[in-house]
Amino acid sequence: MIGLISYLAFFATMAGILAIVVLGLNLQWGYTGLFNGGVVAFFGAGAYGTMILGGRPEPGQFGGFEWPFLFALAGGVLLAGAIAWIVGILTLRLRHDYLAIATFGVAVAFESIARNAEWLTGGAKGLRGFPRPLEAAIGNTFVYGLCFLAMVMAVLAAVYWALQRLVQSPYGRALRAIREDEVAARSLGKNPTRLRLQSFVIGSMIMGVAGGLYVAFYAFVSPQDLAPILTFQVWAMLIVGGAGNNRGAVLGAFLIWGAWTGSGFALSKFAPAAMQLYTGPIQYILIGTVIVVMLLWRPQGLLPERITQRFTKTASKVGTTSKGAF
Amino acid sequence: MIQSLVDGILTGAIISLGAIGLTLVMHMLRFANFAYAELLAIGAYAALVFDVLFSGLVPVLDTAFAPLTLSGALALATIIAMVITGASAVAIDWLVFRRIRAKADALSMVFASFGVALIVRNVLVLIFGHSAQLYSNDIAFAIVVSRDPLLLIKPDQVFVLGAALALMTGFHLILTRTTFGFALRAVAENPALAQVSGVRLSTMITAVWMIGGGLSAAAGVFYALTNQITPVLGHNFLLPVFAATIVGGIGSVHGAVLGGFIVGIASGLALMVLPSGYAPAMPFVIILAVLLVRPNGLFGRDES
Amino acid sequence: MTALLTIAALEAGYVRDLPILRQVNLSVMRASLTVIIGPNGAGKSTLIKAIAGLVPVSAGTVTLDGADITGIRPDQMGALGLAYVPQTDNIFRHLTIRENLALVLRRVPDRTTRLDELYALFPPLAAKQADRAGSLSGGQRQMLAVAMALSGRPRVMLMDEPSAGLSPKIAAEVLDLTRSLTAQGVTVLLVEQNVKQALRVADHCYILAEGRNQLDGPAAAILSDPMVAEIYLGGKRVGAA
Repeated sequence: MIGLISYLAFFATMAGILAIVVLGLNLQWGYTGLFNGGVVAFFGAGAYGTMILGGRPEPGQFGGFEWPFLFALAGGVLLAGAIAWIVGILTLRLRHDYLAIATFGVAVAFESIARNAEWLTGGAKGLRGFPRPLEAAIGNTFVYGLCFLAMVMAVLAAVYWALQRLVQSPYGRALRAIREDEVAARSLGKNPTRLRLQSFVIGSMIMGVAGGLYVAFYAFVSPQDLAPILTFQVWAMLIVGGAGNNRGAVLGAFLIWGAWTGSGFALSKFAPAAMQLYTGPIQYILIGTVIVVMLLWRPQGLLPERITQRFTKTASKVGTTSKGAF
Repeated sequence: MIQSLVDGILTGAIISLGAIGLTLVMHMLRFANFAYAELLAIGAYAALVFDVLFSGLVPVLDTAFAPLTLSGALALATIIAMVITGASAVAIDWLVFRRIRAKADALSMVFASFGVALIVRNVLVLIFGHSAQLYSNDIAFAIVVSRDPLLLIKPDQVFVLGAALALMTGFHLILTRTTFGFALRAVAENPALAQVSGVRLSTMITAVWMIGGGLSAAAGVFYALTNQITPVLGHNFLLPVFAATIVGGIGSVHGAVLGGFIVGIASGLALMVLPSGYAPAMPFVIILAVLLVRPNGLFGRDES
Repeated sequence: MTALLTIAALEAGYVRDLPILRQVNLSVMRASLTVIIGPNGAGKSTLIKAIAGLVPVSAGTVTLDGADITGIRPDQMGALGLAYVPQTDNIFRHLTIRENLALVLRRVPDRTTRLDELYALFPPLAAKQADRAGSLSGGQRQMLAVAMALSGRPRVMLMDEPSAGLSPKIAAEVLDLTRSLTAQGVTVLLVEQNVKQALRVADHCYILAEGRNQLDGPAAAILSDPMVAEIYLGGKRVGAA
């Protein structure tokens, strides 16, 4: 019984952390129309940043400053935000796909650094030994697991609440206005580049928060945790849940994480031994298929954005396609 | 130094071949296609399959053209792989991109292309396995061109450079000497006017996918011939070909060719000072540098 | 004279359920020059683009010489004997003049003789054939655009404000050139803001406003109609035109 509960708590903690990432992506993609091809880099910046500032010192290793958890987390979040700011300022005034390419590049570059800069990141073996917040005070592993889950859920709820406030405010409407029709938004006195940059940085910092929680949960981080598949998983969560809807984003995170762990379990249990090496690729194909099929079949996701703006959407689409025409 | 330069030129030629189609597709369909580089892997594996097939059916084809490791079977297989890869590109467009184009925005296309890339790459893993493969188990001896500074070149590398340049020259002639080439350039510049001028857009999109697929397949084979074939071959070229298109300016074929060489040479030279683990990140640094200095690329037109 | 191009109860627009054109009727006589005028936003350009297949048609018909050509693909126009000269961006700037013409001539059987004919018709183009079209002057660009449209010997030319952005002298020349096409048997449907000049060369005129027919008649009659003169030729409008 306790085993089952602790497994469920483990599952829910991970799903909750991923849901925070999905909420960050939803602000960028769902509400502002920004493509982030390197989710894993911003998550990773939060994770490594928190680890380096809050971890225990290791011989020959930079970092391990043993900052209190909240300060270390704040540092990780700021690192994620700083990277987003640099990428954003270079690309957000250009054609939308430059951001996609640059963020994808950030993820590749981040992984190279994580794998190679051993003095900083521990290289392929990663960094271990993170003093988990309040672990000593609570003691019992089982109780601590539940407490950690409660903390993740509290952060998730706080991020959700803050984002709901944000997107329902005039600021949120301005973001959506830019997504729908940049020219019109500009004529209303909005500065699209600045708003986009803000949204991109805030979204990336939310991903950084999730990264910091992840490090605190596992007390360990390595390049393995930053596999590009994470970006795909997070996208699948958002597209399944419904871009532009925060409830959908959270729902998608739990659904896809459940499907992912479930399919992994099923494959390891029932697939023939010869296929065991290929369970990863099969799961990757499933994630890719979920993304493509959702885009083809139900691009609005399970819980679509509630403000129906069909008319303006079509109108702005026609506007963009006919721009080149005469 | 000279060795890095020569290696960079060779990689650059392969990147250029890959970038030509990407720049056209990105310009015509107006989205960053992250599935594009998988065409290199599809081409390399398709050539592997037909190489084995031809060698088995007609053993005489299996002898290599010394001093190359390239055999007649592989040469034929490459041509077939170019056609198959082009057809795969058209099929993917037909199955996914065309449908999304009809009802959603460019962002969804970018998104879908990531999904397609993930599927293609892992289907290749399922079929061919994780491990690296080679077209030929013959050992390719490098020729010592110079001892000080040391410069080693394999005959296959010379062949690959020549073949890549020949393909690019061929495509250049098509663009500048044939009405089909004029139509391609016309669609790239102004799709609506091209249609009014009697160019059927859907035909041109198919043609661009065929050309891009064919050139990418050649690039994949050329890389595999001088290195090895793995399922991540396409993925590893993704950032370099994007960097080449951005350096050259999206939509410019000549820019893509030059961009490919710039990315290849710059990455090669950078490895003289950086550990090789950082190689995958080099194209990203180049992209950032170009965006900082000249966002529309060397040959780009201001589209904003 | 019979109508070569007929438009009946045409509805068209970029967005479904929001037609820009509402029930437009129009007929263009064989080898005549018909001009469409009207205020900005009247739907003049949309009408021409709808005929060319560039704007979706939701209701009504377009008939060319008795054949229904409603909602054709733009690239099929040439085969039907239709040609369209857009208002702006009507040449390929990055192609040379010869390449521009070779592109539109590629389906013409006697393309070599036709090219010579076009060069004879527009000597400045012949002189600059190896130059990029983007280097041409405004008047020469219109010349090239008209030459490209004429390449397939169309029966009907659709022209969207050919005189826009040109100096008055060049604008008059372009309109005279347009007029001269009818003498060769080409039927011309023209959209113009340059009302006075356009009416001078046109045979027939339609006035469009808010996507609907307002008035039509012989160009000379429209030109002398006091109300039209008041609205379109008097006051500030002349300055704007």
